Amino acid sequence: MPEPSKKISKSPVHPLDDLLRTDRIPHIWCSGCGTGTAFSSCLTAIKASGLELDNVVMISGIGCSGRAAGYVKLDSYHTTHGRAIPFATGMKLANPKLNVIVFSGDGDLFAIGGNHFIHAARRNVDLTVICVNNLNYGMTGGQVAATTPFQAKTSTTTTGNPEAPFNLPLLAYASGATYIARWTILHTRDLTNSIIEALNKKGFSFIEVLSPCPVNYGRRNKEKSLDTLKLYQEKGIIKNNANPADTDIDFEKGIILGKFIDIERATCIENYDKTCRLV
Amino acid sequence: MTYWRVPFDANDIEISKGIVYILDDRCKGCGYCIEYCPKHMLQFSKKFNKKGYHPPVAKNPDDCVNCHYCEIICPEFAIYSAEAEEDK
Ligand SMILES: Cc1ncc(C[n+]2csc(CCOP(=O)(O)OP(=O)(O)O)c2C)c(N)n1
Ligand code: SF4
Ligand code: SF4
Ligand code: SF4
Ligand SMILES: [Mg+2]
Repeated sequence: MPEPSKKISKSPVHPLDDLLRTDRIPHIWCSGCGTGTAFSSCLTAIKASGLELDNVVMISGIGCSGRAAGYVKLDSYHTTHGRAIPFATGMKLANPKLNVIVFSGDGDLFAIGGNHFIHAARRNVDLTVICVNNLNYGMTGGQVAATTPFQAKTSTTTTGNPEAPFNLPLLAYASGATYIARWTILHTRDLTNSIIEALNKKGFSFIEVLSPCPVNYGRRNKEKSLDTLKLYQEKGIIKNNANPADTDIDFEKGIILGKFIDIERATCIENYDKTCRLV
Repeated sequence: MTYWRVPFDANDIEISKGIVYILDDRCKGCGYCIEYCPKHMLQFSKKFNKKGYHPPVAKNPDDCVNCHYCEIICPEFAIYSAEAEEDK
């Protein structure tokens, strides 16, 4: 085997190290887990957004993806399970100049935290919510989630999931979100561009990121991490402006990706000031 | 590079040149960079890192076009590319 080039061996510094708590790297995510890629894309977007870093905060709930808040070298908060959005809402209302990012999992945001999600979207709280959707509860042993596809196997649905999953973009749209996109970790550049747009947009933004959990979901559904990426490549259909009613996750039919919604609506703070802060 | 149709300006386009850097001890051996490098210039090395994974190594370092794809797909902050300065 050829020797590595000399240039490679001098001690290099990764371009995102300035936004990472490098003393905690390597992180806890398993080999092939997509959370690291989604997190890396989020850091790249924060850098490219042009936002003042002192005003950017990241909030996570509980779960593997919820560990992200512990790795970013910005003000961050690792909250209780399902409560990332209420913490983020409080932070935004107390200090409106903050740019608040919620980075968390599908279980955290849509099972235990589902009610918080729909109401924050309804109120149009100015947040950027990034959901790492790995189709199960990774951290606790791969239990079925509100996002697990019909008939997929998990540790609690060993013969297949008998229920239909949420269509997250449709849920976000019906609840009132003003920016909605879905990508996979393979579509990293599109994902980063969507996060940049969402960070610079006022109102409730939601980005779903499909991401492999090879250790729990993958193992039970006979998908190695590279197989999951191949599936994203083969089944992903990019269709910007797609009707959220058509974006249900069905790997047989194909998975619709893209930016679906980008509209304007008065934010929570604007409506509050107009109605309750009369001078 | 093979094309199904050679672009008219193929000879005028300057292809960027890069250097790929690998932080061996951060790698968890997922193989994403190896699979998706458009130049197919990476492979698993024989050595083990601190955690017992085989980090990638550039088999043809001069092929790197500085596209950064390995850098953005890596879940571990373990690989990145930078522009090669000399010999334009
Ligand atoms: C109040 C409460 N209930 C249950 C749990 C157990 N628990 C921890 S993480 C988790 C689910 C995480 O799933 P998800 O948000 O999809 O994150 P992932 O690990 O898949 O990234 C659960 C149920 C908890 N920590 N706290
Ligand atoms: S259990 Fe799944 S989601 Fe959690 S770190 Fe491992 S691969 Fe990622
Ligand atoms: S920058 Fe592009 S060409 Fe260079 S090693 Fe990475 S993926 Fe391959
Ligand atoms: S993508 Fe990163 S972690 Fe995976 S093999 Fe390449 S360098 Fe290692
Ligand atoms: Mg999950």
